[in-house]
Amino acid sequence: MTALLSLENVSRAFGGLRAVDGVSFGIEAGEILGLIGPNGAGKTTLINVITGVHPANSGRVIYDGRDITRLKPHQIAKLGLSRTFQIVQPFPKMTVLENVAAGALFAGQSPSMAEASREAMEQLRFTGLASVADKPALSLTLAQRKRLEFAKGLAMKPRILMLDEVNAGLNEAEIDDALAMIRKVAEKGVAIVLIEHLLKVVISVSNRIVVLHHGQLIAEGEPSAVLRDPAVVEAYLGAKYAARYGGAS
Amino acid sequence: MKNWLILLAGTGVLALLPLLGDNYLMRLATMVAMYVILAQSWNFIGGLAGYPSFATAGFFGLGAYTSAVLQGMGVPLFASWGAGGLAAVIFSALVGGAILHLRGHYFAIASLVTVEVLREIVNTTPDITGGGMGLNLPIMRMTVAEHATFFFYSMLAVAFACMACAIVVHKSKLGFALRCIQQNEDAANILGVNAYLYKTIGFGFSAVFAGIAGAIYASWVHYIEPPDVFDVLISVKPLVMVLLGGLGTIFGPVIGAFILLTFEEFVWRTFLTVHAAALGVIIVALVLFLPNGVLSLTREKLGLRRRAAGEKR
Ligand SMILES: Nc1ncnc2c1ncn2[C@@H]1O[C@H](COP(=O)(O)OP(=O)(O)OP(=O)(O)O)[C@@H](O)[C@H]1O
Ligand SMILES: [Mg+2]
Repeated sequence: MTALLSLENVSRAFGGLRAVDGVSFGIEAGEILGLIGPNGAGKTTLINVITGVHPANSGRVIYDGRDITRLKPHQIAKLGLSRTFQIVQPFPKMTVLENVAAGALFAGQSPSMAEASREAMEQLRFTGLASVADKPALSLTLAQRKRLEFAKGLAMKPRILMLDEVNAGLNEAEIDDALAMIRKVAEKGVAIVLIEHLLKVVISVSNRIVVLHHGQLIAEGEPSAVLRDPAVVEAYLGAKYAARYGGAS
Repeated sequence: MKNWLILLAGTGVLALLPLLGDNYLMRLATMVAMYVILAQSWNFIGGLAGYPSFATAGFFGLGAYTSAVLQGMGVPLFASWGAGGLAAVIFSALVGGAILHLRGHYFAIASLVTVEVLREIVNTTPDITGGGMGLNLPIMRMTVAEHATFFFYSMLAVAFACMACAIVVHKSKLGFALRCIQQNEDAANILGVNAYLYKTIGFGFSAVFAGIAGAIYASWVHYIEPPDVFDVLISVKPLVMVLLGGLGTIFGPVIGAFILLTFEEFVWRTFLTVHAAALGVIIVALVLFLPNGVLSLTREKLGLRRRAAGEKR
């Protein structure tokens, strides 16, 4: 099976800093891929490379058989790649519904504003935000803002959804809700890239894990195997974590 | 629907003005209509998209000169006005391509420079534009009253078209995109908004009516010169009017134009010398005390009442 999205030796530098350095891997439809690594490893940058925000300096991004390396963010969004922001980025003065409708209208290419609102409402129901649909986005709590990002991403009708720490700052019950939603979305055939610091969460939900360190891919594979990988243990986890998670499975 | 009713009623009432037969009042009303056009024009790019443009005077002057030069070559009046609007749109597309990737202060300064560039072009092409000497337009054979009425209705018609356009745009995909851009352009791009395209269209809307207004103005006053039609105040006043009335709202520009011009007329007559200073004071007061415009006052009051009602329940 050919991958829905594949990165071929992708690099991106900021000045002298190689934030993403020769990374290659693929993602398949319906798969949940965990993307982990220490702070500053290049996870967010990798998403920015894929979505055209900071295009790759070298290497190629192939999506659905097409080279999208040099496309603009809005073009990539329309092709079915959506992402959430680590630091949430709502349109603060618009209502929650309008925020989500924007995704449906512009990236999801809804035929009309009315249709976009209808689809947005559907996503708000799915994410449990229907009751605050008419509130301005800036009035939401952090947990709600994270869910708003998620709803926006879904309204874009993605085939790949990249979630940049959507669970950060949430409590356990909220995280469980979020994971249930993520699983449901993946079951519909959407590929999920999940950036997540909480290892417990990544392991429980991912089919496969990719580990970045200093911009390089240092390990890739089935979760428990990756967490036992000596390179990962040394770079990221420390022996204690390896014993707890890698050894247990 | 409500907006259309207000617009139709307002225009209908104003259209009766010539019945009073007061030429001074008509001149004033023509000026108000002109500034409604300029303020609403600015609102497309400055209010909706949040790009603080100072290019309004450029579009206005370009429209004025295009139509004046064409009329000198024998082009009929209305065609020359249309050409003034067209020239402004084409110019906005060319300039927009170069400066719309700039943000905030950088965009503001770049847009201001475009006005100076146009002024320089006029100054250095005296064979076509009369240069610094200015340019006379064909005198129209009409009585004073006919003249006043004709230009009042012309300006009012364009103001109506501009307002109608604003109502449509505010409800359209374009208006939505511009609001998204105003709120967070990077996030808008990621949501599939082709920000560059929409900004360029928004800039085009802010140019076309300003260009036509300039063209009509040139015919109205018979004589134009660079310091008059490329006056920086033609860029600044519409901006102040929109801030005064309410940024990104449909009728804010109208309210702002009425308030500022009425105030100006009063101040201008009473304290001739402090005119510019008074405008400065208004701007400072606005920024400090009323950052969301007069319309926000009514809305805030409503909001408070609603909140109070909600608490009681
Ligand atoms: N726009 C930018 N300009 C300059 N340097 C950047 C930029 N974006 C990221 N970097 C740098 O690139 C490196 C990778 O950053 P990135 O945000 O991708 O890491 P991350 O893995 O997402 O980290 P975290 O877990 O903290 O979110 C960091 O050293 C960061 O400072
Ligand atoms: Mg990050």
